[in-house]
Amino acid sequence: MKSLEELRAIREKMKQQMDLRGPSEDHIRVVVGMATCGIAAGARPVLTAFLDEVEKRGLQNVTVSQTGCIGVCRLEPIVEVFVPGEEKVTYVKVKPQMVPVIVEQHLVNHSVVTDYTIGAAE
Amino acid sequence: MSHIRSHVMVCAGTGCTSSESPKILAALEKELKAHKLQDEIRIVKTGCFGLCSQGPIVMVFPEGACYSKVTEPDVAEIVSEHLVKGRIVTRLLHMEGDEGETATSLAETQFYKHQLRIALRNCGVINPESIDEYLGVDGYTALERILTEMTPPQEIIDCIKKSGLRGRGGAGFSTGQKWQFAYDAQSEDGVKYVCCNADEGDPGAFMDRSVLEGDPFSVIEAMTIAGYAVGAGQGYIYVRAEYPIAVKRLEIAIAQARQYGLLGKNILGSGFSFDIELRLGAGAFVCGEETALLISIEGHRGEPRPRPPFPAVKGLFGRPTLLNNVETYANITWILNHGWEEFAAIGTEKSKGTKVFALGGKITNTGLVEVPMGTTLRTIIEDIGGGIPNGKQFKAAQTGGPSGGCIPAELIDTPIDYDSLSAIGSMMGSGGLIVMDEDNCMVDIAKFFLEFCVDESCGKCVPCRVGTKRLYDLLCKITDGRGTLEDLDTIEELCHHLKSSALCALGQSAPNPVLSTLRYFRDEYVAHVVEKRCPAGVCRNLLRYEIDPVKCCGCTLCARNCPVNAITGAVKAPHIIDQNKCIKCGLCQSNCRFDAVSKH
Repeated sequence: MKSLEELRAIREKMKQQMDLRGPSEDHIRVVVGMATCGIAAGARPVLTAFLDEVEKRGLQNVTVSQTGCIGVCRLEPIVEVFVPGEEKVTYVKVKPQMVPVIVEQHLVNHSVVTDYTIGAAE
Repeated sequence: MSHIRSHVMVCAGTGCTSSESPKILAALEKELKAHKLQDEIRIVKTGCFGLCSQGPIVMVFPEGACYSKVTEPDVAEIVSEHLVKGRIVTRLLHMEGDEGETATSLAETQFYKHQLRIALRNCGVINPESIDEYLGVDGYTALERILTEMTPPQEIIDCIKKSGLRGRGGAGFSTGQKWQFAYDAQSEDGVKYVCCNADEGDPGAFMDRSVLEGDPFSVIEAMTIAGYAVGAGQGYIYVRAEYPIAVKRLEIAIAQARQYGLLGKNILGSGFSFDIELRLGAGAFVCGEETALLISIEGHRGEPRPRPPFPAVKGLFGRPTLLNNVETYANITWILNHGWEEFAAIGTEKSKGTKVFALGGKITNTGLVEVPMGTTLRTIIEDIGGGIPNGKQFKAAQTGGPSGGCIPAELIDTPIDYDSLSAIGSMMGSGGLIVMDEDNCMVDIAKFFLEFCVDESCGKCVPCRVGTKRLYDLLCKITDGRGTLEDLDTIEELCHHLKSSALCALGQSAPNPVLSTLRYFRDEYVAHVVEKRCPAGVCRNLLRYEIDPVKCCGCTLCARNCPVNAITGAVKAPHIIDQNKCIKCGLCQSNCRFDAVSKH
């Protein structure tokens, strides 16, 4: 037997999780390069770090996915962030410890972490 | 716990289960574990997506990629390519049409574009074995609101009335009116019942099965609300035993609802109590008829009884009973949550909302579709169904199963709603839609459906027991080539007697396929009778296989394959078929390498 409050809590929790199956046009997309070059350079822990960080903060409008080789293998692991209506931002040589910074500053507070971008590296 | 970044939906409806989706599920679990992805990717077992002919279907979110005809060896590729590297496996994407167009998401396909899913809203979207997922799509908000606000029952009934919802089981009676009758009816001891008709017996119909398999909770919630509205404390779902997956999911759903306190005593602390029991039908078609169904629940032989009294007044165990079909219930919470205005805005003047159809027969996309009322048959067959395969011509569509009628090609632009269909001699029925092409003989089709009714007649009333059999004999006479033109008149007369005098809908509607084919394809009947010829080449006794002496080179292959030794001839000389011995099996034609055997 569940109380009304418990039912509502389950509903909210499930809604968050099932949000993934709805239309995702308004979502911020975080795309991690996961081709052979990306994986060799350590993209896997970066992807995991993003998943952990998004879960920790309970971010609802963020989709984390992967992609193949972007072409600049020497700068892997590469992470691209697509905010709807804005130009995409490419972060390079991403390490797991940089992930909380990107999530906090870029995904939550909407300010690009310029130091980590491809422009800064070039 | 890490964030779930992807949901992999695997269809576990009957269609995909028979094309081995359980093996896909097992392989997925294994592969995800092998790649250590089991904590960030969730596998969701769902109900039917509708594309049954393309099964097993696997959908991957957030991309919404729809993979069709997935086999066990494909799973490793989906995991290593799509789920690890993020590259969609294009060769497995659902293809549509000859142009090889691939749609990455289901919503983009022609098949889905014309559909509007209300009754099927959660099918393929949620895991039907998880009440949590049902809650996640706003499940039980309607019941919660009604019970916390203690909405007056009359208000709920008025809302259903104003929505214009009509019974989806076939007859199309106003659902709101039915609720009103059950609400108004006085029960001597205060006991009333709410029942659900899930005895879907029409050949080729599987709408109710799919709803129960894909979204059982919406039916259970709607029945609970119906119980509150009409004042009943006990519900029964009468479901066919031939639907094992639906039965299992219903059992799971009822158990979970009880565990959450959404069925049972004092639901949500409101003081309202309601529980549901399952009753399995033993496979009699007549038990889909409401009075026979209720009698069967009581434990007696499933036979209809005369009405009135209607079940709403005197039904199960002699108490007022509300009986609705599965699909009708599946619409209820949507109407209560979205408001009757939104529902009434969909469809035609007298038929509101949407209707689910089970598309079958000679059609490319065999499967389950839901369209707004008033959608033309052309849209359903050509756009959604993808047309007739193998470049054949569309000849007719049969709606409503053995109780329905045939709609000929010239009426393909008929809007599908209750009244337009009855006007052309067919009926909505429960929603089976069987498509036929030029290779189908209409007399044979009428005979097929009639044979079904002969088998399924319960035998209680004479018109149905004897009438359907006599009608069947007359049709056999015609397909055997012994028919006369007078027989056609006798058939018509007998049909009208049957319609007017049979006890229940089974007998009353049994002549429909005969009458409608006689009406639209009389020339085919006449060809059988006068020319002793079956235009579609189906009726065996009217067929004749002949060997062209010019093309035949005497290879003896046909003679060696003939099971009754009807073919004679010397080697390297033209062969001849003895028509008296020939059993029209067609083996000679399929074996001939010189195209010398023709069928007339």
